[in-house]
Amino acid sequence: MELFFTQLTNGLAVGGIYALIALGYTMVYGVLKLINFAHGDLFTIGAYLGLTLLASLGLTGYVGTAGGLLFLALMVMGLVGIIGILLDRAAYKPLRNSPRLSAVVSALGASIVFSNTIMLVYGPSPKVYPQGLLPTHVFYLFGLPVPIMRIIILATSLFLMIGLYVFIQKTRTGTAIRAAAIDQGAARLMGINVDRVIMLVFFIGPALGGAAGLMVGLHYGQINFTMGWIYGLKAFTAAILGGIGNIPGAMVGGLLLGVIESMGAAYISNAWKDAIAFFVLILILIVRPTGLLGERVAEKI
Amino acid sequence: MILDVRNLQVKYGNVKALHGIDLAVEPGEIVCILGANGAGKSTTLNAICGLVPPSAGEIFFNGIPIHRLPAYKIVEHKITQAPEGRRIFGTLTVQENLDLGAFTSKNRDRMKSSLAWIFELFPRLAERRAQLAGTLSGGEQQMLAIGRALMANPRLLLLDEPSLGLAPVLARQIFKTIREINESGVTVILVEQNARIALKLAHRGYVMEVGKIVMEDTALALLENPDVVQAYLGGAGG
Repeated sequence: MELFFTQLTNGLAVGGIYALIALGYTMVYGVLKLINFAHGDLFTIGAYLGLTLLASLGLTGYVGTAGGLLFLALMVMGLVGIIGILLDRAAYKPLRNSPRLSAVVSALGASIVFSNTIMLVYGPSPKVYPQGLLPTHVFYLFGLPVPIMRIIILATSLFLMIGLYVFIQKTRTGTAIRAAAIDQGAARLMGINVDRVIMLVFFIGPALGGAAGLMVGLHYGQINFTMGWIYGLKAFTAAILGGIGNIPGAMVGGLLLGVIESMGAAYISNAWKDAIAFFVLILILIVRPTGLLGERVAEKI
Repeated sequence: MILDVRNLQVKYGNVKALHGIDLAVEPGEIVCILGANGAGKSTTLNAICGLVPPSAGEIFFNGIPIHRLPAYKIVEHKITQAPEGRRIFGTLTVQENLDLGAFTSKNRDRMKSSLAWIFELFPRLAERRAQLAGTLSGGEQQMLAIGRALMANPRLLLLDEPSLGLAPVLARQIFKTIREINESGVTVILVEQNARIALKLAHRGYVMEVGKIVMEDTALALLENPDVVQAYLGGAGG
């Protein structure tokens, strides 16, 4: 029971991170029908920028740990968001009217450029985050251990996800994003500046990915320049699992994948953790290619 | 003149879709554009709306050149379109679709009065406002497409095949409403396969063939023109 519970909280924390990254894939796919394969690297950039800012600014000294981390998170999100917009400008926008495969190749190229740039700037060896910024103590719920760090990670992910969901569902701009995802031409006829919508999507997605990178750094303590690859692939799986293009789908898919993977690691084999995640991907592609919440996306008028 | 189109040309790749057309629309008119499939009717409307960029020519709306503006800016000039195939946002609610129609308007009271008017024109939409637009029937979707285009308080409304796929009863109802909309002061350009019903509604008509305007006259004259009768009204009589 204790193992189950530990794996559940662990899975939810990791799943929250997958979900945040998955949102970036799914939002870009929703509007452009493009898989942004460089998204995992934006996540890595978030982790490295977080480390640099943490080391160079000594933020936590001035405003206390919580305030410092909040400010840090906002800075990382803003910077990674801007890099996301620049990525679109450089790698995707010139190919907007080209065959879809060209943009995919460009995405893979951008991914290689990003990961190699990180390696050149920070070096190939893993980097270590300063420890002790997040509280590490554990409290007990009905006799079961709950590490507070995992709660913070999960709560932060949920907060960002719910914030995004409310923004997309309830605001004028959010409705414009949904409209552009359904039919760009019709959205233009409504007076929506679709280029602006695409820019916004390329800000929000990477910003959330950057936040996830920062959380991984703070939570696991160690980051390396290739970590975006495996996290990106997992998050991509999560997006497919929930139904690509579907925002609640990415959230559900991320959390579910995190839990499945974590349970698999405990009850089947830790070495098979990644294999289990990709087995889920294959299974969902066979059984339900539109994903768990995907039918609403696939619907065409 | 509310709309003045001069020598409008559009190319899709290397294929010329419009070979230089001229249109002149007076305020308060209903003008219909007739022609076979591929004559360039929808392309003309889409060029006016800014969805396809003209390769040459000029479009003036109330004397202001609009042919270089992006589509979303043209809406701000109060030109809207209910496009071919309706293109409603199927996974959004009826209400959300209508709200998007008013995306450019900042005036909340104005929006409310437009909405009230649209629900008056199409009471069915009011009943279904919370429903997903994709679940509406074909006729209701067409009502929504027109209602959505009216939300921005257009001065010029472009309608592309509003009767397509509708039962005759519904089509007649839509056309009756188009007349009502026009009588409230909205200028209308209508592209329609059903030439007879379109000419009965319109004041004037243009006939297009392979990207050119080949005829232009009052609707009454076109209804009696033997060539038009032969080509678009299914032969003599009727």
